[in-house]
Amino acid sequence: MSASTLPERRPATEHALSSTLTADPGALELSPARAGARAATPPPAKKARSGPMADRLFGWAAKGAALLTLALLIGILLSLIVGAWPAIAKYGLGFLTSSVWDPVTNEYGGLVMIYGTLATSLIALVIAVPVSFGIALFLTELSPSWLKRPLGTAIELLAAVPSIVYGMWGLLVFGPILSTWVQQPLQKLLAGVPYLGALVSGPPVGIGILSAGIILAIMIIPFIASVMRDVFEVTPPLLKESAYGLGSTTWEVVSKVVLPYTKAGVVGGIMLGLGRALGETMAVTFVIGNMNQLNSLSLFEAANSITSALANEFAEAGAGLHQAALMYLGLVLFFITFVVLSLSKLLLARMKKSEGKAS
Amino acid sequence: MNTILRFASVGLAAATAFSAAFAQEATGAGASFPAPLYAKWAADFNKATGVKINYQSVGSGAGLKQIEAKTVDFGASDAPLKDEDLNAKGLLQFPTVIGGVIPVVNIQGIKPGELKLSGQVLGDIYLGKITKWNDPAIQALNAGLKLPDAAIAPVRRADGSGTSFLFTNYLSKVNAEWKAKVGEGTAVNWPTGAGGKGNEGVAAFVGRLPNSIGYVEYAYVKQNKMTYALLQNQAGKFVAPDDAAFKAAAAGAAWDKSFYQILTNQPGEGSWPITGATFILVHKVQDKPAQGSTVLRFFDWAYKNGDKTAGDLDYVPMPASVKTAIVKAWSDVKDGQGKSIALD
Repeated sequence: MSASTLPERRPATEHALSSTLTADPGALELSPARAGARAATPPPAKKARSGPMADRLFGWAAKGAALLTLALLIGILLSLIVGAWPAIAKYGLGFLTSSVWDPVTNEYGGLVMIYGTLATSLIALVIAVPVSFGIALFLTELSPSWLKRPLGTAIELLAAVPSIVYGMWGLLVFGPILSTWVQQPLQKLLAGVPYLGALVSGPPVGIGILSAGIILAIMIIPFIASVMRDVFEVTPPLLKESAYGLGSTTWEVVSKVVLPYTKAGVVGGIMLGLGRALGETMAVTFVIGNMNQLNSLSLFEAANSITSALANEFAEAGAGLHQAALMYLGLVLFFITFVVLSLSKLLLARMKKSEGKAS
Repeated sequence: MNTILRFASVGLAAATAFSAAFAQEATGAGASFPAPLYAKWAADFNKATGVKINYQSVGSGAGLKQIEAKTVDFGASDAPLKDEDLNAKGLLQFPTVIGGVIPVVNIQGIKPGELKLSGQVLGDIYLGKITKWNDPAIQALNAGLKLPDAAIAPVRRADGSGTSFLFTNYLSKVNAEWKAKVGEGTAVNWPTGAGGKGNEGVAAFVGRLPNSIGYVEYAYVKQNKMTYALLQNQAGKFVAPDDAAFKAAAAGAAWDKSFYQILTNQPGEGSWPITGATFILVHKVQDKPAQGSTVLRFFDWAYKNGDKTAGDLDYVPMPASVKTAIVKAWSDVKDGQGKSIALD
C-alpha cells in the first residue's frame, strides 16, 4: 500500500519545493539527490507523474456519470410534474380514486388504470415466483449436469423475445386457448355461484386481466429464474454439504441453507421482475382489452393499465387536460415503482435485523 | 482540383438561388390513416422532381401539435379543425383524399354485404343495449336472414384515432342516446366492447372472435376480404361501401363555403354514411416560405398525378371541383412580407 503511494507523492512535494524555493541553493542541491534515488526505480516514477491527474480525471468522469443519472431522474420527475400540473391542480389526489375516464367531457380519473396495473402485476408475480423458484432449484440442485446448460440458455433466450411478439402471441394464440379451455368451462362450472361466478364472468374473448397477468408472468419468469439461479449457485458448497452430511433432505437444504443465504438476491430478482411487469406496455396493450371499467372485477373482463392507456391515447391526446391527465398517470406509475423499490429495500433491512433471532 | 471546386461553388450557387423559392426538402407529420398514400406520393414526387418529402405517421393529435410548434412544414389530421380554431392558430386546412369507415362482422354463415344495419341499431349495439344478434331490432332490418341466438361481442379502437372520430361522430348524429351518453371524439368513454390497437388490432379481433362486430377503414375490409355490413344512409337506402358511395357522400358537401366538412350521414341516395376526408394543415404565414412553397407544389402535383396511386391503395381522390377550390385557397398562404407563395 505505502509502496505504491510513495512514488506518487514524491514528485508532488518536489514540484512544490522547486516552484517556491527556486532561489534557495539548498533546495536545488536536494533535488538532484532525489532524482538519483528515483532513477533507481525508473518505471513507477514515470507512471507516477501522470497518476494523480489521470486519477482525478477518472474520478470526475465517474462522479459526472453518477450525477448525470441523478440529474436525469430529477429532470424526468420535474417534467412529469410540470406536464401533469393542470390535472394535479384540478383533481388533486381525487384522481387516484376516480374511475371516470371520458375524453369527450374532459373528465379524468386514474383508478381503473392503477387497478389494472397492480392487478396484472400481482397475478404475474403469483404465477412467476413459484415457477421461477422451481426452475432455479431444478437447475442448481436437481438437474443432471448435461441438461443444466441447454436449459439455462433456453430460459435466458425467453428474455430476449421482444414484448410485441408476446403480445401478438397472447392475442392470436393464447387468448383463444384460454377462452375455450379455461374461461368457458369455468363459466359453466361456476354459473350461479355467488362471487366466484362473477369472478369468471365476461364475454368469452380470452382477453382481460388474467391473460395480461399470465403473459406478463411468462415474460418475467426468465428474469426472476436466472437471477435466482445465479444466487443459488453462489451458496458455498461447504454449507450445503454440511447440511446434507447432517442428514437434511434436498428441501431442507434449500429452505434452511440456500434460501436464507441468498434471500437478498432472491428478493432482488423478484423486484426486478415486478419492475418489468409494472412497466410493460406493448404485450399488455394487446391482451388487456383496453376498457375503462371497474363494474366487474372478473378476471376475464377487459380492463386497462397505466402503460397501455399512455401508449394508446398519447399520440392523439390534444394539448390540455387530456394530456395532463396522461402525464399524471405516468407520474403515478413512477411513484408506484418507487414505492415497490423502497418496500423491497425495507423488506431486506427487516430480514437482516431479524437474522439470528429466528433460529 | 480547381475545376471541382469551381463546379461545386457553381452548383452551390445554383442550389441557393433555387431554394430561395423552392426547397429541396419538406417535412410533414400527422395522421396514420393516409400515411401509406403520402409515402407513395412522396416517392413518386421524388422521382418526378428530385424533391424529398418526409412524412412521419405519428397520429393526428401529434401532427397538430407539431405543426403548431412549427417543427414540421405541414401537419395532417383525420379530424378537421373548425374554422375559428384555424383562424386562431393561423392555419390553412385542405382535404386530400376521402376514406370510409366500415362496420365488419364475424357471424357464422353470413357473407359480405348480407347483414343490414342502421345507425340507430349500430349505436345501440355499441351502447350495450342490443346484446344478441337475433334481437328483434336487427331481425327487423334483415328479413329472411337467419341470425344466431348469440351474444354480440363489440370491438372498437383502443387508441385515439380519426377512425373512431368518424364512427362516433356518425353515431352521435343518428343515435340520440349515443350523443347524450358518449359523444364524439378520437377517444371516447366506450360503454362496452374490447379495444384493439389500430385498424389491424380491430381486424384481428373481429377475424378471431365469433359473433363480433367492429369498424375499420375501407382498405382493411378490401385487402383482408372482411365481412362488411350494409348501412342505411340518410335517404333510407342500404348501401355497400365502395369508391362510388364515398364519392357520392363527398359530392354533397358544401366545399365552396369551408373545407371544414365532416362527411358522415350525408344526403344522397348512394352515399355511404360514415365517410370522411383527411386533411393537411399549413401555416398561413410561412416562416420558411421555400418549404411552404414545396409543400404546396407537392400537393398540387399529387392532385394532378396522384389519383391512380390513391385508387390503387383504396383511397378515394377528391372531386375535381373541390381540387380547384383548394388550389384557389392556397393564395392565402403568404411569406413574412405578405407576398403569396402559391404557385404562379
